[in-house]
Amino acid sequence: MIRVILPAHLRTLAHVEGEVKLAVDGQATQRSVLDALEARYPMLRGTIRDHVTQQRRPFLRFFACEEDLSHEPPDAPLPEVVASGAEPFLIIGAIAGG
Amino acid sequence: MSGVRVLVGTRKGAFILTSDGKREKWEVSGPHFAGWEIYHLKGSPADPNRIYASQSSSWSGQVIQRSSDGGKTWEAPGGGVTMTSEGFPRGESNKFVYDTSPETGRPLTTHQFYDGTQQPWVFKRVWHLEPSLNDPETVYAGVEDAAVFRSSDGAHSWHELAGLRGHGTGPKWQPGAGGMCLHTILLDPSNPGRIYIAISAAGAFRSDDAGNSWRPINRGLRSQYIPDPDAEIGHCVHRIALHRSRPNVLFMQKHWDVMRSDDAGDSWREVSGNLPTDFGFVIDVHAHEPETIYVVPIKSDSEHFPPEGKLRVYRSRTGGNEWEALTRGLPQRDCYVNVLRDAMAVDSLDKCGVYFGTTGGQVYASADAGDNWAPIVRDLPAVLSVEVQTLT
Repeated sequence: MIRVILPAHLRTLAHVEGEVKLAVDGQATQRSVLDALEARYPMLRGTIRDHVTQQRRPFLRFFACEEDLSHEPPDAPLPEVVASGAEPFLIIGAIAGG
Repeated sequence: MSGVRVLVGTRKGAFILTSDGKREKWEVSGPHFAGWEIYHLKGSPADPNRIYASQSSSWSGQVIQRSSDGGKTWEAPGGGVTMTSEGFPRGESNKFVYDTSPETGRPLTTHQFYDGTQQPWVFKRVWHLEPSLNDPETVYAGVEDAAVFRSSDGAHSWHELAGLRGHGTGPKWQPGAGGMCLHTILLDPSNPGRIYIAISAAGAFRSDDAGNSWRPINRGLRSQYIPDPDAEIGHCVHRIALHRSRPNVLFMQKHWDVMRSDDAGDSWREVSGNLPTDFGFVIDVHAHEPETIYVVPIKSDSEHFPPEGKLRVYRSRTGGNEWEALTRGLPQRDCYVNVLRDAMAVDSLDKCGVYFGTTGGQVYASADAGDNWAPIVRDLPAVLSVEVQTLT
């Protein structure tokens, strides 16, 4: 199971507390993880990736294993420790005031 | 027992203020959607328990919420609080996609950016929600970048009325300081096909066929910040209001100038009269007196606060030109808040109640048509919008 940590506002929107655990078919990539996340929580569609372009929203970042994966290609494999569930995949709101 | 429900959108959530018909004691609920920008909430005239809310953030984009019990509980349309058979929440956040289909839509047209270059339309957020006068499931949305969308399934799915964006003048539209927003939608109660909208900064438009086709209605507007001050397109209209008994008469607060039209927007004349400044954002009409109108003058386009640090509502009982300052109960020194374009509303009790919210977090109410004012709340986040439901 892949562990995903959402920012607080999206946890509220999805009615979840704490981590989300997802089963992902095939290789674990940003795209496959987000596809699985949105399939389970359809209200998150459009809040992490644009509805049409599927581009990451600019004020959100993807971190894992103390690395910034935001600019990795969406189909690049995630680190093995993320795929195995040893480390979470973090979706983080940019530090942009507010 | 009559009463009122005041719907307040703020930078950090929504608040609902309720009172009986005396409008002296208030209950405050909220924040709803804490931490999100709530640009607008509005109740359905056909079913006061149905309320729509625009929830957005720079981080996570646009969500539409709706309530079917007067704001006690909310759901993201599509069933945000309904579980699937696996126990997961169902539903989806709302999808606002410009219609580029060959059958009903338009190509992804361009508009001017601040620097004058052409940019394609990109959806940013919903500024204004206007429920149908007759059907609680039908609601219109005014969005940035400027366009109007309609939902006929309770805000679950949205479809652009693409004739507006594509009618030909789009390349001359440009963003105001707040973005290129479609912020005003007025439905004519006597003519189901007639809709007025306004855009900063493009101007006002009218449809006479329920939103399929549109034409600009800006003759008589004059704006020094566009190359041709009398141009048909490019005016920064801040707000339009009408009285439901007389929907051909429109009142407008423009970037500068308060204007009036007596022919459904075909022509406009200035009625700023003796106002201390004719810059401002809000304008509204008394519920029972169609010639009584309200504005809140703001010093200038760069100094977004009241002149002389005095928060004054101005009332005209003559449909413009002759204005009186209403000050009783409002701060008359050291006040430097703004009142944004969707942040004034009236109730339909007798006497007419008038309400407005400020960027300082106060919501002021007058239960006597503006003669006396008192704050309902003083310390909310910056107020973006105020709507009122009169409950019977």
